[in-house]
Amino acid sequence: MDPTVQNSIAPLPRHALVGSATEAVTAGVSPQRVEDGKRIIILATIGFAIVALMQVLFDAGLSPWGFENWRPVLYAYVLWGIALGAGQVRMRGAAGHKALFVLPAVLFTVALVIFPTFFGLYIAFSDWNLSSFEGRRFSGLKNLYDLFADPYYWNAMKNMVFYALMVLPQYAIAFGLALLLNADIRARKFFRVAFLLPFMLSPVAVSWMIGKSLMEYRFGPVSNLARQLGWDNPTFFTSPWIAKFSIVVMDAWVWIPFIMIMLLAGLQALPKELSEAAKVDGASKWQSFWQITFPLMLPVSVTAIVLRIIFQLKLADIVINVTSGGPGGATDTISSFIFREYRDRSNVGYGTMLAEFYLVIIIIFITLLLNFVSRWMRRMH
Amino acid sequence: MAIRTHGLSARHYPSRIVIYGLLIAWAFICLFPIYWTFTTSFKVAVDVTQGHFIPWVDFTPDWKGWRSVGLSPDTIGQISTARDEFFKRFENSIIASVCAAALAVVIGSCAAYGLSRFNYKFGPMKNNDISFFFLSQLILPPVVLAMPFLVLYKELALLDTRIGLILIYTLTVLPIVIWIMRDQFDTIPQELEQAALVDGCSVWGAFLRIVLPIALPGMVAAFILSVILCWNEYFFAALLTSTNAKTLPVMVASQTGSQGINWWSMAALSAAAIAPLIVIGVFLERYIVKGLTAGSVK
Repeated sequence: MDPTVQNSIAPLPRHALVGSATEAVTAGVSPQRVEDGKRIIILATIGFAIVALMQVLFDAGLSPWGFENWRPVLYAYVLWGIALGAGQVRMRGAAGHKALFVLPAVLFTVALVIFPTFFGLYIAFSDWNLSSFEGRRFSGLKNLYDLFADPYYWNAMKNMVFYALMVLPQYAIAFGLALLLNADIRARKFFRVAFLLPFMLSPVAVSWMIGKSLMEYRFGPVSNLARQLGWDNPTFFTSPWIAKFSIVVMDAWVWIPFIMIMLLAGLQALPKELSEAAKVDGASKWQSFWQITFPLMLPVSVTAIVLRIIFQLKLADIVINVTSGGPGGATDTISSFIFREYRDRSNVGYGTMLAEFYLVIIIIFITLLLNFVSRWMRRMH
Repeated sequence: MAIRTHGLSARHYPSRIVIYGLLIAWAFICLFPIYWTFTTSFKVAVDVTQGHFIPWVDFTPDWKGWRSVGLSPDTIGQISTARDEFFKRFENSIIASVCAAALAVVIGSCAAYGLSRFNYKFGPMKNNDISFFFLSQLILPPVVLAMPFLVLYKELALLDTRIGLILIYTLTVLPIVIWIMRDQFDTIPQELEQAALVDGCSVWGAFLRIVLPIALPGMVAAFILSVILCWNEYFFAALLTSTNAKTLPVMVASQTGSQGINWWSMAALSAAAIAPLIVIGVFLERYIVKGLTAGSVK
């Protein structure tokens, strides 16, 4: 990050009391300290740049001096971050102290998200197979053309649409459960813990517990139950649509508690008088739910559904472990497809292009979704 | 928790039966797979294939599954490579998830406090933009980062190390921590710190001595939720670790893949892997709920 950008963090007092104190301190910083601070930051930046440049040249084979790996550059970045913080404090007094609160998180995220994402773009436009000796070769838009011609990728994309839509039935079930838990019942604590437990379990364990054990064809209890209910051949993972629904069931088992807990909190925050007033007016329970509870719950519902869709778009673990995307790609998600692209073929360049393209689609989709939701919510009010 | 009477009421007899019926049915759906896993870990092959359910009634518990992981009473004193392997993975999982959660809570709480109290301006970015910048990391799917990280970690010699895992796990839970903690700090009245500032406390002094103790429940909630998410993480662990830093989920997953399904040892392994989470779930449910519901109800 450019240090001059950092320097422009200005103290904008939100509260008069804190604000006036801040300004007094900022004004009290002597020019000497400002000079010192600037010097620290400039020196650290030069130091970091030298280390990074040295390693770049060494790595490119242009210079004999360098380290055996890039880790010293990482240390240099950490030191640079510390110097930046120290310089801020020196230069700007109390305002610098305030900047220290967000600085670590910002530097951390920039180093681990922004940089890798852009580095990913560099990989994405190259032909790079980690298992071949040739190393990286720039290949322009070839990966992108391949992507558009890849039927499996678009098939996985279609599956993602299906999985995202399946959030709605999960929401309906979760709402029902939240209503049940909110009713006047005994042993509420027991039921709440029991209902929450699936959310705590790792998807990998769930894959085995449900996918490979309970749904086992020969003697899994669920298969046995299905046989007794009259389904002769209860294979959950061999025909495309049944396999898709089986994955959805497992995924729902894990995630319904998440939606339920959010909705339950929403229900408990509703003013009690409303439903009582409805009761006095003689409204039936059904009416009072649709006319009072449900509309009041809309904001919480929307938050829960949007968050759930965001998490659903990352669905991978269960698919990887239960079906590996089979049969014939019917249960594949983008993530599991790319996972195999790397695991089976070490195809880093193409895999990264697929992932970056998916990211663009997700960003567009989420932006549209949020826009639509906020407009719709405004119209409701 | 206070008893609430609005919504469905369970006072009338018929509706009461329906409500409890549904509650028990769903509790069964939630608990049966867990029950099945734990009981299967005490079954021998015959009991599994014949679909026996209840220990001591239709099958005799056997330590076979636990013996294969070296955790049964008769093998616990002996040397067992399977057990060493299991504890190594267990240790990796604990270190990776606890350290990542702690790191995320520390830097996330600071950032959340700053964003909740002060006005920043990073170039064109103001507080809301910075918050959005952090929260937007939530939508980033792991696949996007996975391969750049693979290459970067190779260059940084961080592949297959715990530190590498800790860094990436911190990254994945950081937005959630900031979300929870910001909500927490927003509910703490500012007068407390202002009084401390007038008394001559520094900004950091007021934060550490006055605000943090009040915000502790939120931090515990964020920490526990982060530990659970990191403990269960599979995708990055599967790609970025191999022999040294492999975590428990990767071990469980690899067992199903290689040698067909070895029922008793798989059941024992799964049971051991989920047991800590069930303990956390039962005893710390309050905090998990608090973490999940932060910011959703305004």
